[in-house]
Amino acid sequence: MNLFHFIDAFFSDNAHWHGYDGIPTRLAEHLGYTLEALGLAVLIGLPVGLVTGHYGRGGNALSLIATAWRALPTFGLLVLLTLLYGFGLVNVMVPLVVLAVPPILVTTYEAMRSVDPSPVDAARGMGMSEAGVLFQVELPAALPLVLSGIRSGAIQIVSTATIAAYVGLGGLGRFIIDGLYQRDYEKVVGGATLVAGMALTTLAVFWAAGRVAVSPGVRRSG
Amino acid sequence: MNWDRLFDIPSDLQHSWLGLVGLHLREALLPVLAGLLVSLPLAQLCVRFRWLYPPVLWVTTILYAIPSLAFFVLLIDYTGQTELTVMIPLTVYSLVVLVPAIVDGVRSVPQETLAAATAMGLGPVRRYVQVQLPIAVPAIIAGLRVATVSSISLVSIGSIIGNQGALGNLINDANIYNRPELAVNAVLSMALLALLTDGALVAVRLVLTPWMPRRVTRARTKTKTSAPATAKEV
Repeated sequence: MNLFHFIDAFFSDNAHWHGYDGIPTRLAEHLGYTLEALGLAVLIGLPVGLVTGHYGRGGNALSLIATAWRALPTFGLLVLLTLLYGFGLVNVMVPLVVLAVPPILVTTYEAMRSVDPSPVDAARGMGMSEAGVLFQVELPAALPLVLSGIRSGAIQIVSTATIAAYVGLGGLGRFIIDGLYQRDYEKVVGGATLVAGMALTTLAVFWAAGRVAVSPGVRRSG
Repeated sequence: MNWDRLFDIPSDLQHSWLGLVGLHLREALLPVLAGLLVSLPLAQLCVRFRWLYPPVLWVTTILYAIPSLAFFVLLIDYTGQTELTVMIPLTVYSLVVLVPAIVDGVRSVPQETLAAATAMGLGPVRRYVQVQLPIAVPAIIAGLRVATVSSISLVSIGSIIGNQGALGNLINDANIYNRPELAVNAVLSMALLALLTDGALVAVRLVLTPWMPRRVTRARTKTKTSAPATAKEV
């Protein structure tokens, strides 16, 4: 009875592919939480990171906030919010968004600061507006790092959405947690495989996005 | 919330609060130490053989993408519901942070410095241990800080796979017994542990790098790698 046996048994069982508890439903739920939380985190983190990075202010404050936040365990916050305010999507969304904002914010800031200053000065010298400098010079050059920040936020959300099942929500974590309590290892391993697969897919999506969106001149060699 | 019972630890955990703290430190720090012991030679290989670095980065990045809960339960089949099951993934995650940190640190040593060391008659081994590693200390400590803080937070997930989460087991008990103050205790204790170990690492860096200015504005390391710039949380 090894890992692959469990994986094979889980995915070949027809019952796992249908209905309320089926793989498609759980996958869609998980994807839904992920996209919703990532969208909100990007909406908050990206503009703040771009503007602070552009003007080069607030970097120390940002890194301080990020360090302090990193010290707070997300799992504990999730359970605490649920115990205090009951079960609900909002109580799960809050930790997910809060979890993903710091990496996006800090990496975007760092990315903007690490842009070579000479093309930026040249753009200003040519009379480009501040917005032009930000969006046409700095952002394209900073894009690989900015994307890596969003990628790290996305992967953390995919992972954390798993423990959302612990506080009564759906998603792929359901298979893992239900399976653990029911001592149904087939389900546990199947769920873990699905989550790991989704995290790897996220990596692949960001790699592809990098190939498409990043200008060839900026692309890193290593 | 019953604040009087903040430190009233349920007996099923079989530890006092301090016992849980000790357990937590062991489960979180041993993997980082193991990660450091593995990544020092691995990073040296990556510096020596440049072609090795990209594939190592790819493999570790892919392993890093596996959520800890999924990683834990995949291991249960082999190592059972034990501390080891929690510590193996944490070791892997710390490798992902440490290898690029050490490689970048060692590579950042200026050519002139290396040439000077060689001219003074230092062989490759002594040059690595006495020149390259000390200069790379700030980068290595920066990596250790990220790895340690995330490790401390990740141990708590171990409570989901059968009470292997040390302070995280308090979160589980908070849920079971509906005692939110236990979750508050767990969150604050872990945050405190993380801040204290982080401070200890900063102190270690100050001791190991006496030549550096005491009031350093954050070292601006070039983030060239695809390695995660931020800690893994779950």
